[in-house]
Amino acid sequence: MAKVLMKGNEAIGEAAIRAGCIHFFGYPITPQSEVPEYLSRRLPEVGGLYLQAESEVAASNMIYGAAGVGVRVLTTSSSPGISLMAEGLSYIAACELPCVLVNIMRAGPGLGGILPAQGDYLQATKGTGHGDFNLIVLAPASVQEAVDLMLVAFELAEKYRNPVILIGDGMIGQMMEPVEFPEVKVGEPLGPTDYALTGCKGRERRIVNSLYLDAQKLNDHNEKLKAKFELITENEQRWEYYNTEEPFDVLLTGFGMMARICKTAIDVLKGEGINIGLFRPITAKPFPYKPLRELIDRSKRVLCVEMNMGQMLLDVQFAAEGTVPIDFYGKAGGIIPSVEDVVEQLRASIAKVGGSRSGK
Amino acid sequence: MKKIFSYTDGLTKKTTHYCPGCTHGVIHRMVGEVIEELGLRETTVGVAPVGCSVLAYEYFNCDMFEASHGRAPAVATGAKRCRPNLTVFTYQGDGDLASIGMAEIVHAANRGEKFTTIFVNNAIYGMTGGQMAPTTMPNQRATTCPMGRDVEEVGHPIKVAELLSSLTTPAYVARVSSHTPEETIKAKAAIKQAFQYQKEGRCYTFVEVLSICPTNWGLSPRESNTWLEKEMMPYYPLGVLKRPEDFEGGTDGGN
Repeated sequence: MAKVLMKGNEAIGEAAIRAGCIHFFGYPITPQSEVPEYLSRRLPEVGGLYLQAESEVAASNMIYGAAGVGVRVLTTSSSPGISLMAEGLSYIAACELPCVLVNIMRAGPGLGGILPAQGDYLQATKGTGHGDFNLIVLAPASVQEAVDLMLVAFELAEKYRNPVILIGDGMIGQMMEPVEFPEVKVGEPLGPTDYALTGCKGRERRIVNSLYLDAQKLNDHNEKLKAKFELITENEQRWEYYNTEEPFDVLLTGFGMMARICKTAIDVLKGEGINIGLFRPITAKPFPYKPLRELIDRSKRVLCVEMNMGQMLLDVQFAAEGTVPIDFYGKAGGIIPSVEDVVEQLRASIAKVGGSRSGK
Repeated sequence: MKKIFSYTDGLTKKTTHYCPGCTHGVIHRMVGEVIEELGLRETTVGVAPVGCSVLAYEYFNCDMFEASHGRAPAVATGAKRCRPNLTVFTYQGDGDLASIGMAEIVHAANRGEKFTTIFVNNAIYGMTGGQMAPTTMPNQRATTCPMGRDVEEVGHPIKVAELLSSLTTPAYVARVSSHTPEETIKAKAAIKQAFQYQKEGRCYTFVEVLSICPTNWGLSPRESNTWLEKEMMPYYPLGVLKRPEDFEGGTDGGN
């Protein structure tokens, strides 16, 4: 299929349809409103369902209902809306139902602003809702990758019967880029749906429920969810190395669009004969700690750059286990660090690199 | 010997956890009988609430969801919109529906979602231990209004059936009671009517059932029935507030 020039939010909506998802429940919020706008027009064309919920709380419970009757379902929102969806997400994860969410992140906290940010990394990866559960978190760095990861998102959601969230900063949603879509899988039914509530004709009745009043039974359920995430961690880590073939002293880390800006900064310094490696997680959860650690072990210092006040930084620190110093540069509020900013920060990190590594 | 009463296939044979005198069991039974009589058991998905009837998924003998507090109408919306051939119902109490879930119920009703809600109004939070509900009567005592509901402080109880019947879209809105055999017969007829309308593809159907809570009202079941009749029924009058026939030929709702 030929490439088309498309806005990220619309491309994400189209990608869901290509993934076979024809059910959408959502609520308008800047900067992701083009997703519901696009799908409200597009889904009826493919015999799908678009419904505007009265709130994100309701939307997250509508997708709980939709996932529970065994259909492929999507919702999208932006930061404050994801906070409201946390309720439904916890129930969906508890009931082990598949669904896909997209968070086109805006600046926070509170009402914050409508400009791009990456301030929901910790929310997505560490604490989306109450109770012990894990989301699979995908972090695209281009509109094309957002499209590709939407297909991965539905596959993973169904393979593990777990909610998957794609986190894109506002740039991914708002900018236009050429994209190529995969073949259409419109309305392709889910795989085995032996959990789904479809009416109990010819079988035992089914219950979709997250209430376990017996402590042992709930503990067993928690253990099951834990084991599932361990399996996901073993099988599903995705990441990108950039410019890591040659030796480097400083390793740069970032996710999403920030990582893309970092790549340009690396190219600029490469022109000066300075080699910098980049590590970018594609699955922010499960976070690829070992692949990152392999690069950390080849470096003398790490610079982590994010559009927040230091969130993925915690995962980088966890991977490094104190073996190398880690610098952080972050801007929030909708400010996007420029290539020049990152180059300047890299020069500062390079200047700090001494003869030997502490602690080794 | 002639068998004149038996289990309904619409309910499981599990013993309910409800308090002595509580009418949840009676209302479950009515819903179960209606599901059986209309031949809907194998195509029905129910949505249980949070509250006293949180375990309703154990009792209704069909596919069941357990929803979060107040969100049953949103869950039912997701289910019914994606599988329109299902019969879908929510079973909700007054804290669940009229307090935390007010947005969900109003908007589901206003969108004309094609499911049925059974709303059990006993004027109190039962499961959490007798706290004030949005439907608690003026001067009625509850654990969070020990001196009685002061309408100057917290307003008057919400008449949900009237509120929903003010919307143009819903097809059927009725209020019934469960405190006497006679009213119970009428209540079942209303519930059956609601499911029948849903079966016909009509939009949103809603039945409010006045109910007693002897445990948290601090009254015997007999005293509770009297209290319901004397205190609740004048404020929450019984009857059909809205039916699709009222709008036949019109464009302003009912279907």
